[in-house]
Amino acid sequence: MSGHRAPSLLLNDEQTMLSKTAQEFIRERAPAARIRTFRDSKDEIGFSRELWSEMAELGWLGLQIPESYDGLGLGFFDLCVVLEQSGRELMPEPFVSTLLLGAQALLLGGTDAQKKALLPAIATGETLVTLGYEEAGAQLAASSVATVARKTADGFDLNGEKLQVLDGHLADRIIVSAATSESGYTLFLIDPTQSGVTTKRQCRIDGLNAAIVRLQGVSVKNDAVVGELDGGAALLQSVFDRASVGLAAQMLGASEQAFADTIDYIKEREQFGVPIGSFQALQHRAVSVYTEIALTRSVVLAAARAIDESPEDVPKLASLAKATASETFMHAAKEAIQMHGGIGVTDEHDIGFYIKRAQATYMTFGKPSQHRQRWAELHGY
Amino acid sequence: MSDLEAFHAQARAWVRENAPKSLWGTSGSGPFEGYWGGSKCEETDPDLLRWRDLGIEKTWTAPAWPKKYGGGGLRREQENIIHAEMKAIGVPRPVAGQGLAMFGPVLLEYGNDAQRAQHLPGIARGEVRWCQGYSEPSAGSDLANLQLKAERDGDEFVLNGQKIWTSHAHLCDWIYCLTRTDPNAPKKQMGISVILADLNTPGITVRRIDLISGFSPFCETFFDDVRVPAGNLVGAENEGWTIAKAILGHERASIGRSIARQPGSAQREVVARARKHLRVEDGAISDPLLRDEIASLGMLEEAFHLTLARIQQSAESGAPGPEGSIAKIVGTELKQRRFELGMQVAGTQGLGWEGPGFDEDDLQYTRDWLRSRASTIEGGSSEIQKNIVSKRVLGLPEGKK
Repeated sequence: MSGHRAPSLLLNDEQTMLSKTAQEFIRERAPAARIRTFRDSKDEIGFSRELWSEMAELGWLGLQIPESYDGLGLGFFDLCVVLEQSGRELMPEPFVSTLLLGAQALLLGGTDAQKKALLPAIATGETLVTLGYEEAGAQLAASSVATVARKTADGFDLNGEKLQVLDGHLADRIIVSAATSESGYTLFLIDPTQSGVTTKRQCRIDGLNAAIVRLQGVSVKNDAVVGELDGGAALLQSVFDRASVGLAAQMLGASEQAFADTIDYIKEREQFGVPIGSFQALQHRAVSVYTEIALTRSVVLAAARAIDESPEDVPKLASLAKATASETFMHAAKEAIQMHGGIGVTDEHDIGFYIKRAQATYMTFGKPSQHRQRWAELHGY
Repeated sequence: MSDLEAFHAQARAWVRENAPKSLWGTSGSGPFEGYWGGSKCEETDPDLLRWRDLGIEKTWTAPAWPKKYGGGGLRREQENIIHAEMKAIGVPRPVAGQGLAMFGPVLLEYGNDAQRAQHLPGIARGEVRWCQGYSEPSAGSDLANLQLKAERDGDEFVLNGQKIWTSHAHLCDWIYCLTRTDPNAPKKQMGISVILADLNTPGITVRRIDLISGFSPFCETFFDDVRVPAGNLVGAENEGWTIAKAILGHERASIGRSIARQPGSAQREVVARARKHLRVEDGAISDPLLRDEIASLGMLEEAFHLTLARIQQSAESGAPGPEGSIAKIVGTELKQRRFELGMQVAGTQGLGWEGPGFDEDDLQYTRDWLRSRASTIEGGSSEIQKNIVSKRVLGLPEGKK
């Protein structure tokens, strides 16, 4: 944080309205119970493309995309307003893959041609762009990448395998990291329909959709490079910072909803002839979760604001937001199950989906201990 | 430029031009740091006294109080700006303490004109120092159980009983007390009244209490047939509980804020102690577990400051709500964790009470660590704060305590 004056951590009137509209729309149209429906019906897509299109029409997908690429030209802060609400009901729609990974990689590193080709179609909901970075044995692609891009006469030849590529089973474009020199790697934009790309659907606990993406002699031209040659690490770090903040906004919403459901439950559930919410043992723990959510809201809003207004603060605040939101969501989800008692551990009740998502988000884009280590490094100790 | 922006520029310029350089960086600029004043004050630092006088002359010791009571007649946003500018360079407010932070605001809201005119100007000038008579031996967390008896006798009240944890009563001039004016009220919250007493009144005895830290900021105050004018009753008789709750609200908020200090200071302090005791000049602290704990503290500290800022930004009025409880719960936890980590890195060098073999900083730090154990008890324990949030924010049903 630079200086002593805190950034504005309030929503303006338009953002407050957006938040309210999104909350109502999502509560009505996209309840968390859908996760079970998609899972049990073995739905091939795993989310609702119709809903995605509707949200595009509402302008939500293009909120942060510049007007020159047919978006609304608002900020990342505005996007986080919608992301928070999408998190409440654990929406499996491609927010993370397309809006937080694909779109941010293009915005930060894409050429004008790449942006023109993809950003307008992302805003309309027609195109999904994801990013594949995870590989076997590597927790987070930070320094070394096993996937290799060999230089050819007019481009590169890619070989390797990416795991848990979010929405990789139906993305229209996949950005992948591949080593281009001894010391560096590069991001490439590939079309999964081209020769040498195979995708295999993966099934996760949390209802988000993912795939293994195998690259066998995939030829791309020079214009497939996203960002600088050998500059993949720095670009990916910037993408992860933004994605971490966006994911933290979703975690904030999910924590709030799990907590609100739990408070409702302990006000109604009676044992020993009284609502269990009258027991101080539960009340004090509920306040601890409430307090953590209040702190999380502050750090998420500050980090989102920094992305729009003070880029120099982003690394610290992104790690702060990701670590804080991860711990809060996990705590809220665990307490939600415990306070729901037996019903909380049944598949019939939706509250169990929150701990599954909490575990997934905890492990995505670096777990809290990794962010604390980065925070310490950024503070010089 | 808006009016407020223009004022901000003026406030910044005035604070930076007038605050004595020796005071810069010495304070977190909370409401309880700096010159507390009062007739028994023995402060001799000329810069602190000069800063006090400049503040009084500018009427910025109580910027948002009405001018006729010695205040600056400014809006609350302007007061916030002034305090933020003092905090930005780490100078204390020109006058600090209970009177400005807690009793004054209550008198403005619940007192009558005569009481305001009698008491507020002296507070704003730092001439009269106030303490709070709340807790009693049998009324701690269960404050409404208080028993200090106040009986009406003509134009006077006669006070008999005892207060405890009366902070700095030995240095104060006046006390504002919660008293029992109707022992037969149907609920213990009823029958309580706020009464002011000059500590020089015959029958009042003050005895200091030593804490585990060796400090004695607290006192017991005994009342033995103490006669005060009936005009010292604040608000309506037997309706003092409402005022008491308002004062406690101010207290929670100000304890939370006063703990805040400068953003990042807790982390810096612990890192500095780790470097000193582990003899690592710079670079990474090699113990990954210690580094993780310090980072965890640093993150909580940043989240706390951002949350205080968010609460302040969203507070449309100056009335502290239940978020003051959050500030106190988190702020005191942060303070204790900071001292625990600072003690952990010191190892056996943190075990000194006094004398040779220990350096002065470490001795003081150890005393401060011990003192920090009180922070989750005083001003309403963390458990009481959680009860408040549970009831007022979460709307959970009251149960057996």
